[in-house]
Amino acid sequence: MSLKLGIPSKGRLQEKTIDWFAQHGITVQRTGSDREYAGQVLGVDNVELVLLSAGEIPKELAAGRIHLGVTGTDLVREKMPRWSDIVAEVEPLGFGHADLVIAVPDCWVDVTTVDDLDAAAAQFRADHGFRLRIATKYHGLVRRYLSGEGVADYQLVDSQGATEGTVKNLTAEAIADITSTGDTLRANGLRILSDGLILKSQATMFASKAAEWDAVALSAWGGFAKSCGWAEKPF
Amino acid sequence: MKNDRRARIKEVADRLSAGFVSAGALPVETDSLLPADVLLDLYGEDIRARAYVTHDPLQGEQMLRPDFTVPIVQRHMSEGAEPARYTYNGNVWRKQSGGRPAEFTQVGYELFDRTDPAGADAEVFAMFSGMLAGYPLKVTTGDMGILLAAVDGLKTTDRRRAALRRHVWRPVRFVRLLERYGGMTPPPETRTALLAQVAELGAEKVLEQAGTPQGLRSEQEVLARIAVLQQDSAAAPVSSEEVQMLEQVLALKDTSTAALEQLRDMASSFPALQAPADAMEDRLKAMAARRVDVDTLPFEVSFGRTSMEYYDGFVFGFTAPDRSDLPVVASGGRYDALTRVLGQGRSIAAVGGVIRPEALVAVQEGAL
Repeated sequence: MSLKLGIPSKGRLQEKTIDWFAQHGITVQRTGSDREYAGQVLGVDNVELVLLSAGEIPKELAAGRIHLGVTGTDLVREKMPRWSDIVAEVEPLGFGHADLVIAVPDCWVDVTTVDDLDAAAAQFRADHGFRLRIATKYHGLVRRYLSGEGVADYQLVDSQGATEGTVKNLTAEAIADITSTGDTLRANGLRILSDGLILKSQATMFASKAAEWDAVALSAWGGFAKSCGWAEKPF
Repeated sequence: MKNDRRARIKEVADRLSAGFVSAGALPVETDSLLPADVLLDLYGEDIRARAYVTHDPLQGEQMLRPDFTVPIVQRHMSEGAEPARYTYNGNVWRKQSGGRPAEFTQVGYELFDRTDPAGADAEVFAMFSGMLAGYPLKVTTGDMGILLAAVDGLKTTDRRRAALRRHVWRPVRFVRLLERYGGMTPPPETRTALLAQVAELGAEKVLEQAGTPQGLRSEQEVLARIAVLQQDSAAAPVSSEEVQMLEQVLALKDTSTAALEQLRDMASSFPALQAPADAMEDRLKAMAARRVDVDTLPFEVSFGRTSMEYYDGFVFGFTAPDRSDLPVVASGGRYDALTRVLGQGRSIAAVGGVIRPEALVAVQEGAL
């Protein structure tokens, strides 16, 4: 069985992934029309390229339907409980940097740390009769972080996009979201807590521990390993 | 084989349940799907990590019953007369990280009686202890009321006492707060800077410079908290004697009789511990009257601190030694605080416990 390599199906993440491989002497190219999700890998034998939405890659790795996949560490940690049992981190690729952070409105001059957030949440609940709402799509990561920090009296509300607008729209009091430069946060009058960094994420090559690594797949791995300087075995 | 095992679990559950009924408990059934808002408001986000949440277009968010306590307390508060004893026997569902089944049985006993707390504690413990007597289990007891009383007795501001009380169940933050209040760690730099700025310009001006107000948390709320921070920075640190006393209380671990003696010693220099020591003495007497050997019964003040939020008095747990694969086999305690939150001010005295028949059967199999 050939080695299945999953990469993002479009956008900057795809371009950067292709560039990264090119720097290591491997040509990853799309075939057919621009709209067709097909491609090939030159320079390593027995590799099948699979173009996937970045959000799907963790799931495909977990199911063992792809051997290798490029996706953000944030998605792997959010979508896979006990992720290190399921995938191995092969190499951080040095692009797609994003930080998952907690941010509060600029006007909360009294809240600069997670400790402050906890105290403000207690008072907010007493004043308003419900728990302080934090909008996010990273429920697992944010909950684990706040629980580890011993924060109480908050609730997470789901926000799958435009999370920075939820405070203005009065659907949340604070947010936890991915940011790379912080510009969108600033533009929306939000400020990152000084100790509110939950996770530093970047695009990373993952190997699936659930995939079937037969002789053909392992020989293809060997081809990648030689060009990219990876270990002899995927994990 | 799997069916045999299920049958055995059911048999054990039914036998336990019959035991509670013959002790005078009323068997009750509750819905399996519970409205999520009550549970979320009560337990917070932690429950979302543990319970299965499902969504109904008309009913909104529903939760698969993660435990029986909440529906039973609600039912009792709306229709029950006291004293009341209830028992239940049914399935609960919880997400498991360790590969354990997410669906399992709970058989429990809840006692609502405000007249005799020591007697009620002893009744529930003696009942569980008796029913589990034939199994190779390790028992531990504790009392959250001791730590709560110690916090209430600190010579510091009401705010600080309230903040510590709020985090009694979250040791990480409790310790951080205590270290700050005790002057062992300095306040964060950002706070010192804010207070300096407020002293120079006034709070309103500082707020004005921070940008356009947005969100539901109002300017008044921010100003109120700044005032709190100012008061807090002016407050004297919690004395090192008191910090040490709290640490000593937290570390107290011995047999029940010996622990009581040590608690009495501490109470001589810290009178706030007098009342919980008296309560403990009453409880040990009531337990001894029910033939519990309190001279050997293990006691730890910190027992159950992280796993049982809302337990605010006597707590107990039965575990299988050398079986880290198994969850706690049986646990329980006093949870007056939970009824206070559920009853929105109206509270009832409640103590109860739960047994997991699956774990009991696994212990039996291991012992064969």
